[in-house]
Amino acid sequence: MIGTFAAIVGRDVTLAVRRGGDAATVVAFFVVVVTLFPFGVGPEPNLLARIAPGVLWVAALLAATLSLDRVFRADLEDGSLELLALAPCPLVVTVLAKVLAHWLTTGLPLLLAAPVLAILLNLPWDGFEALIGALALGTPSLSLIGAVGAALTLGVRRAGVLVALLVLPLAVPVLTFGVAAIEAALTGQTAAPHLMILSGFLLGALALAPWAAAAAVRLALD
Amino acid sequence: MTARLAVEGLACVRGERRVFERVDFALGAGEALVLTGPNGAGKSSLLRTLAGLIEPAAGRIAWDGADVAEDPEAFRAQVQAVFHADAVKPVLTVAQNLRFWARLRGGDDARVGRALERLGLARLADVPGGVLSAGQRRRLALARLLAAPAALWLMDEPAVTLDRDAVAALGAAIADHRAGGGLVVVATHGDIALADAHRLDLGAARGAA
Repeated sequence: MIGTFAAIVGRDVTLAVRRGGDAATVVAFFVVVVTLFPFGVGPEPNLLARIAPGVLWVAALLAATLSLDRVFRADLEDGSLELLALAPCPLVVTVLAKVLAHWLTTGLPLLLAAPVLAILLNLPWDGFEALIGALALGTPSLSLIGAVGAALTLGVRRAGVLVALLVLPLAVPVLTFGVAAIEAALTGQTAAPHLMILSGFLLGALALAPWAAAAAVRLALD
Repeated sequence: MTARLAVEGLACVRGERRVFERVDFALGAGEALVLTGPNGAGKSSLLRTLAGLIEPAAGRIAWDGADVAEDPEAFRAQVQAVFHADAVKPVLTVAQNLRFWARLRGGDDARVGRALERLGLARLADVPGGVLSAGQRRRLALARLLAAPAALWLMDEPAVTLDRDAVAALGAAIADHRAGGGLVVVATHGDIALADAHRLDLGAARGAA
């Protein structure tokens, strides 16, 4: 089962890298959205520092949502998904492997790009640790919740926007506590409680989302 | 001979429509079943139901006497399927494509090499899947059957787009599989030769019911 899991993760990451565009597009989208803000609200350093946590989180959220549609769709269209569902391992394991691959090719690059963009937005150094911690805990939750949305919309053609409409409202708690963690750190308080709540979300999503997504994939294949 | 695969009273409903009902058959080791019937008779639906992708509306499927619904994963380990879609990734090479599917089912690299050889794809092993012709993609899909062990092969129109050599290779592969005790259920319009196979005409089955 671990061999199967590793094989699927390896394949999905290879596919994302070979296709080139995917991971790079997500990060480029993130960078472009964030750099639009100094143009939009003006280059006033204090204002940018004030809005930086929210801007970084919202942009990361949108960028992660952008790529959700491809988690299952490409495999559905070329017939791979039904063969994956026929593999002699529980479908939940397959789904979890695809979620991990999605995080490795979108969440992780976003996590690496975020500190650089934080400098651009003049985020004070005190907030960096909390920013990275909150994104490290929040982006896997987004991949998990997003997989449910992606699986539920498999029956719909061109579901990209629909996935976003389904997933973004569910991501509000992650956004709230992700931003709160950074703001707490900036005002000299501890970010720990917010990070713990984010961990709680992640564990909850880990326990529920793969089963929900697997059930939705089965429905799509029926 | 005791039946390895036994199907009793199987029915399938798609939407509001009853595609087939009261389908019964039993296959022992080395036996083959050919599904025939006009388009829309439910050949693909029956194969997908056998594979576990479609929940049967009624009836039961048993493998070695045990209902497959009780342990679907154990049953899936016994089944390999080739449906309409070839599941070939354009950005992976032919060998990489096949190795992935083999790894999912405990096949090894030596088996993958032999499978490519057998279906005349060895020369194309390092070519990306995206440049294959339709027939070559079909050969690659069929190579999956040989790349990992499984007792039951489910095939939906396997010979479509294949040239004469490939059809012969497929026929030989099926014969070897059956000689080794394997089972085959295939939906076809008669373009592959199967020695003393059972036949199930889904169009007639529905007309009688």
